[in-house]
Amino acid sequence: MATIAQAGPASAAGRDLGALSMSALTVAVAALLIAGLAVPLLMMVAKSFQATRGEYVGLANYAVYFSSAAPLESIGNTLVVGVVSTLVTIPLAFVYAYGIHRSCMPAKGLFRTIALIPLLTPSLLFALSLVQLFGNQGILKEWMFGHSIYGPIGIVIGMTFAHFPHCFIVISAALSLSDRRHYEVAESLGTSKLRVFFTLTIPAAKYGLISASIVSFMLSITDFGIPKVIGGQYSVLATDIYKQVIGQQNFEMGSVVSVLLLAAAVGTFALARLVQRRQVAMMSGRAVPYEPKPRHGFDTLMLAICAVIALAIVGILLVAVASSFIRFWPYNLSLTLKHYNFDLAAGGGWQAYRNSLTLAAWTAAVGTVVVFIGAYLVEKGRGLTRVRQLIQVLAATPMAVPGLVLGLAYIFFFNKPGNPLGFLYGSMAILVLVTIIHYYSVTHFTMLTALKQVDPDFESVSDSLKASRYRTVWKVTVPLCMPAILDVSIYFFLSAMTTVSAVVFLYSTQTSLASIAVLNMDDAGEYAQAIAMAIVISGTCLAARLVHYILTRGIAARTQAWRATA
Amino acid sequence: MQPQGWCQRWARRAKACLAAVSLALPLGAAANVELTVYTAYENDDLKAYKAAFEKDNPGITINWVRDSTGVVTSKLIAEKENPRADVVWGLAVTSLLVLEDLDLLQSYAPKGLEKLSPNFRDPAAVPKWLGNSGWICAIIFNEAEAKKKSAPKPVTWKDLANPAYKGQIVMSHPASSGTGFMYVSAWLQLYGEAEGWKFMDALHQNVARYMHSGSAPAAVAAKGEYMIGLGFDVRGSRLKEEGAPIDVIMPKDGLGWDMNAMAIIKGTKKAAVAQKLMDWGVSEGANRLYGSTRAIAAIPGYAKPLPHLEKNIDNRIMKQDFAWAAKNRARILAEWERRYGSKADAKKK
Repeated sequence: MATIAQAGPASAAGRDLGALSMSALTVAVAALLIAGLAVPLLMMVAKSFQATRGEYVGLANYAVYFSSAAPLESIGNTLVVGVVSTLVTIPLAFVYAYGIHRSCMPAKGLFRTIALIPLLTPSLLFALSLVQLFGNQGILKEWMFGHSIYGPIGIVIGMTFAHFPHCFIVISAALSLSDRRHYEVAESLGTSKLRVFFTLTIPAAKYGLISASIVSFMLSITDFGIPKVIGGQYSVLATDIYKQVIGQQNFEMGSVVSVLLLAAAVGTFALARLVQRRQVAMMSGRAVPYEPKPRHGFDTLMLAICAVIALAIVGILLVAVASSFIRFWPYNLSLTLKHYNFDLAAGGGWQAYRNSLTLAAWTAAVGTVVVFIGAYLVEKGRGLTRVRQLIQVLAATPMAVPGLVLGLAYIFFFNKPGNPLGFLYGSMAILVLVTIIHYYSVTHFTMLTALKQVDPDFESVSDSLKASRYRTVWKVTVPLCMPAILDVSIYFFLSAMTTVSAVVFLYSTQTSLASIAVLNMDDAGEYAQAIAMAIVISGTCLAARLVHYILTRGIAARTQAWRATA
Repeated sequence: MQPQGWCQRWARRAKACLAAVSLALPLGAAANVELTVYTAYENDDLKAYKAAFEKDNPGITINWVRDSTGVVTSKLIAEKENPRADVVWGLAVTSLLVLEDLDLLQSYAPKGLEKLSPNFRDPAAVPKWLGNSGWICAIIFNEAEAKKKSAPKPVTWKDLANPAYKGQIVMSHPASSGTGFMYVSAWLQLYGEAEGWKFMDALHQNVARYMHSGSAPAAVAAKGEYMIGLGFDVRGSRLKEEGAPIDVIMPKDGLGWDMNAMAIIKGTKKAAVAQKLMDWGVSEGANRLYGSTRAIAAIPGYAKPLPHLEKNIDNRIMKQDFAWAAKNRARILAEWERRYGSKADAKKK
């Protein structure tokens, strides 16, 4: 390619070859999404209409499922957990983000960092730590006033911690977009602070709040690890799927519950799309970003609130770290490192940790390349419009597919006799594939946003100069999108290190993972080891995040100078 | 590192020679064969079993695929149209009966079959599955917590209905875990269905949680989260070794139990080698090994008593009809869910 481009105008044959290979890539990405997402899901839905031996039975499985009261209770519980945890998380995340964006409190960078910590830990860690604090032998047991942490209370608190950063990021973005001029007008009119808050701030952040609520609700109804660890008797759809498949080996019924959960998630997602369509641009081109002025009382109040929330996040992690060194809680409090000797525990030992690193590295490497190519073709590709539209639709789908459902769907598809992809079953490759697909949506849209910011003139100029598209991509587009590429790769890495739900049905003994080991150790009653492994995962994620930070800094200095002048 | 490197290099050379020799040998002679064996045995057991088997059967290597009982069973069923395992060794017999019902097991009568206790084999003349060792229902009783609440020590299952234990008992959820189901099916067989359900109604009043795991109830009782965990003998014995203030009680009114068993998976391409593993799995040597860490072994008299546990419990275990339990599993679980599965129902009582 390079030689052709350097030789000046490329030959027609060379350009055809370029266009042809571009088309081939488009088809390849579409094929990946079809094989890795669409077909397995369809097979899973089909399974819910079949009996044990595969004959079609219509809605019989659904009739059986709904013939008792328990499923209705699970559905009710799932909705309650989703709504309550959203109602708790959103105000907390809002106040926290409000403090950071709208007050002059000190140490904002520190607070922002602390808010994001839960992204680096397996969500199970919060549930395990809550048991240490508020369980029947917990140090703060009295705070429960006789209620049990095992059940809806524990689930909601655990989810609040785990989903806090997601909500914080969305609300933060909404709050950072506000026009200072509006506030100046309000001030000059003598409008009260409270009135300004309700007539200016809240409406401006409305869509951010709604989006964050939907994110929180989706995460809550599809979360599996937290209810599994701390849910006690409180059944939700996600644990019901596990109970059907692992407890009773009833795949058909597992599919029925999966279809219900899928329906709930898709419904929520559709609602989100509806809301986003109504969203109007809040920022005009001439807007001036809001900058808070010091107000002593208000700043102190915000600092106090944010400090309490930040302390809760840090505190709960410190409890986990401390409890991982205690020999036999609560009867022998001497310190030990033995819980870090994972080879003595269930779940695959240190090999599981090494497998997790392998999975995370492959997911980050392959996932980033695939997502970049996919997003590039959607945004800047030519021809094959239908196929590119299909990629766009399929790329948005995983957001509405719970990981557990995706994992179950993979069993049906990849272990089907005669499937030429059957060799993937039980391998590391299938874990990489399911993880990439599971987290495809967020990464795809991150990449798409970055690509949209790259001026389309680059392509048209290079096309008119008859330079190779690949050369333009490599020399111009990739460097310009480097921050997004790094973001996508770290997102894949962190997700692969901490994911449980999508891989729980798919790992094999040779490919057991650290995050699954946490679940299995908890299952075997080896709580201290479970916490220890979760801490090792968190430490690894923290290190990866630091590397990402340093790389971003270095690369931004070299490739992103254009943003400042733009 | 150096000597080990040398060793490995020589081992590799030796292996290569062996491979060359075995290629030259006529078909059916001892080539190195890898057997894929699915298991729910614990990690410590696996090392010992593999080493002992491979020593007696040079040329055969075991590749373990280990997971919890539920996961292994699900895997085998998920793979039924395309089996990946050659043998399953160390899975609860109640799970094997589910697999048998789906026609996933290959029958085989190994040498030495007659030595097994009649409890420990499929009653068919050419059995589909063979027992290895057993584990027994036990009450894991936390004495430290009981003392704080001055609760008495239970001696029988029915003692567990004592209101002194209200909110202090945990057991496995029978729909999530084979251990939980083992309890329910044992009570129904021990007392008869009507009385069995009546007992569980009373027990339900005291149960704090039905946990989705077989080993967790014993572990949380050992940590004092709850006073009483319904677990099994081996786990209780180990937790006591670790220093938990517990007593492992084997109730007087009857001992339910479950069995670790083995079977050949139908459709294996290595049937002859799989049969060798079955032969070895019922041998006296194997039973001595099972008995070193379990309270019951398939050949009577081969089990050593577990530390901290009552002696000679193997002759107190109840006569258990596993086939009945497997056949009625769906019905029992539905009835259980109807009675205790939904919180709304629990409140009505």
